[in-house]
This record gives sequence, C-alpha cells and structure tokens, in this order.
Amino acid sequence: MSVLMKNIIRFILFILVQVFVLFKIPPLHRFITPYLYYLYILWLPFNMPRLSLTSVGFLFGLCLDYFTETPGLHAAACTLIAYVRPFVINLLISKEGADKSYASPSIRSMGWAPYATYVLVLTVLHHIYLVFLEWMSFGSFMYFIGKIIATTGISLLLILVTELLFFRNEKFRTNTA
Amino acid sequence: MRNVFLFIRRYFNFLFFLVLQIVALSFLFRYNRFHEAAFLSVATEVTGRLNQKYNNVEYYFQLKKTNDSLAKDNVRLHQLLKENFEAPDSARKFITDTVKIDSVKKVQKYVYMEAKVVSSSTSSQANYITIHRGSAQQVRPNMGVAGSQGIVGTVVNVSQNYAIVMSLLHRQYKVVVKMKNSNDRGTIEWDGSSPLYVTLKDIPKSVKVSKGDTVLTSQTSSLFPANIMVGTVYEIVDDKSSNFYTLKIRPSTNFFNLEYVYVIDNTQYDEQKRLEDSTRKKIQ
Repeated sequence: MSVLMKNIIRFILFILVQVFVLFKIPPLHRFITPYLYYLYILWLPFNMPRLSLTSVGFLFGLCLDYFTETPGLHAAACTLIAYVRPFVINLLISKEGADKSYASPSIRSMGWAPYATYVLVLTVLHHIYLVFLEWMSFGSFMYFIGKIIATTGISLLLILVTELLFFRNEKFRTNTA
Repeated sequence: MRNVFLFIRRYFNFLFFLVLQIVALSFLFRYNRFHEAAFLSVATEVTGRLNQKYNNVEYYFQLKKTNDSLAKDNVRLHQLLKENFEAPDSARKFITDTVKIDSVKKVQKYVYMEAKVVSSSTSSQANYITIHRGSAQQVRPNMGVAGSQGIVGTVVNVSQNYAIVMSLLHRQYKVVVKMKNSNDRGTIEWDGSSPLYVTLKDIPKSVKVSKGDTVLTSQTSSLFPANIMVGTVYEIVDDKSSNFYTLKIRPSTNFFNLEYVYVIDNTQYDEQKRLEDSTRKKIQ
C-alpha cells in the first residue's frame, strides 16, 4: 500500500472513530472529553512539505468540525499543531538523520523518550488552544486549567493504548534498498 | 517592492499558517453569531446521512428504552382523554372537564411534527442535535423542539432532509419560561458547566419559590405553546446583591437518550415577528 493511500484511509478512520466511538461515550466527568483524532497529524510522514502539512491539518480539523457543528474550532487547533510539528521534531531528533532514514515519527524511529516528549508537547498545545477557544467567553479559570489537565491525561492514555495496539513497524530505509 | 516579495517568500509558511488560522477563527465566530458557515448546509446533508447510518445500528440497542418512553407517553395521553373526566354520580359535587375540546372552530396555532434524532451531543459547550426532518418536510429555522418529557431546543439550521437543533444545553440558548405557581416569567440559560442543570434568572425575590417547584413554558416565548414542562427547581442560589433569584433548574428532558422529538410549528410566528419588527422600526 502506498503512503498516500495509507494516510487517506487513516484520515477517514480517525474521523470515524472520533465521531462515532469517542464522542458517543457518555461523559465520565464534565472535564473529560476523550480526544484521539489529532494523532493522525502526529503520524504523518517526516518528508511532507510544511505547506501541505499545514493544509492537511486544516482540512482534517474542518472535517471533524462539520460533524460536531463547530466550524473552525478543531480546524484552528489542528492547523496550529501541524504548523508547530516540524519545529518540535527538529528539536527532538537525537539520532543522526532519523528523519531521513525512517518514514514517520514513531517509538522505533525517534526512541521512547523523544517520542513521548513530542506527543506530550503537541497534545498539551492542542488542548490548550482548543479549550481556550471553547472557553473564550467563560469566566472560571480553574475550569480552564482543570479541563486541560483532565483532557490531556485521557488523551495521553488513549494514545498509549493506540500505540501498543497498532504497533507501527517502521522500516529502516537505506540508499541501497 | 522586491523586499516585500522576498519577505513573503521567506515567511510564506508562517503567513499561510496565519491565513488558515484566520479562516478557521472567522468560521468559528461567525457561525456562533449567525448560524451560518461555508458549505454548512451541504456538509449537514453529508454528515446527517452518515449519522443516520450509525443511528440505524444504534437504534436497535435503544429499542427497549424507546418503547418505555413511548408507553409512558401513551399513558400520559390516555389520562387526558375526555372519558376520564367524568362527574361523579351525585348532585353535590361537579368536576369540570379540564380538557378543552373546541366546539367553536378555532385556528390551530401550534402544529406538532415528530422527528427522529440521528445525532446529539451533551459533552461540548455548544450542543446541537441533528434530526431527520428538513425543509422538504416543513421544518424551518426558529421552530421550537420538545421531547416527550419537556422542551429540548430550537431549530437553527435546515437542509433538505435534516435539521440542526440548538439544544437547551448551549451557552447561547435562551428561552422565556414561567413558574407554575405564580406565573412569573424568567429566562432559562445554561452556564456550560454541567449538562444536568440549567439556570433560571429574572424571577423577582418577591415571589415565593421553593425547591421542587415546576417550571413551564410561557406563551410569550412564541416558539412553544404555553405549559410544556421545562424542569423543576433543584437549588435556590442565594445572591444578596440582587433583587432577582438565580435558580438551578433540573431539566425534565433527559438529553442523554433522546430518540424522538416533536418539532413545534407556530403557524403565526412569521406574522407576529413581522408586526414586532415593523413596530420596532417605527419607533426608531
């Protein structure tokens, strides 16, 4: 399967899972909204140009928005993390040329600690922006902080489960092959 | 000029990002105010179809609950039948018939239309419900929506076969209601914190209010007929600085398992609205 095809299928799957599984779960607590969909953006290949990365992020968020009837909310947050992603990767890549020899960010290609930091930074960024937009006209600051922390926690848990269930076996790419 | 182009080329990625952000934010804020956004009615049709496919599956798992609520509704309606209100067979006491049956032909002001809920949310700050009934089935924006237990919301957007209902659990939703005991009118809002409670404001402190009092729709809301159940008073929040109560209301509708709702068409809504608008224009 080509990389493009794989990503198109992932696009659809992530949206469907988010809308029809995670949003359908009865709320555990008013702070907790289980978000997983943006993992799609974290999994996009290394070698994507930044321009298309940003536009894919925008489109992806907008698709989800049409299901939740909040046009622009998730789109704004997804655009932000898609734009910031290359900077974070550049900072975190420890192995020499890991972004050249592997296709996309994963535990295998980046190593445990850098990958965890990468996920954490973008998750927190995504949730801060999303909750901030959602609560723009709302007073309580504790609520804002509480919701960010609770939602980040549940998202990280979901990402961990997803990474363990769907282990992506990244091949080492060499020039000879 | 050359420098401008150089600048744009150098920071093209950043500028592109900014443009997308502005587009997204303008969607967001325009939609909240005017209930419109690019391609929304096309997108509603598509997402509505997908939601309906999902609902077809989910519907089977809810059949028991739906049946229960329909049976309850039936019992309630049976109790309103004229036959139930008989005067006892003694000359001492008469019970007047409480059901009004039109003997003089009157215009039916409110028309009820049933609609199936294909998608609903309770977890966000702006909760909407999608129903499988659209402009082709006589649904228009600004119609009230009620469930079998109480009011649900207002239609805000309509495509050919689907309509979006702004639920009571939406931070911008407001509806005029009254207390059952005193007929005093106030406004229901939602503060966005818990989907189990809404807030009732503008009831003066001179009115006697106690826990468990019933709140009904008022005929002045013009979306709902009078006396539809809204909820009961759960808590009276004491605010010494104000002459008005802030009441925590528990809505009678269970927003978590809505299956069927009634769209209420006020057949004279347009006429009333036109009159009020033209009056407002005259005064200005």
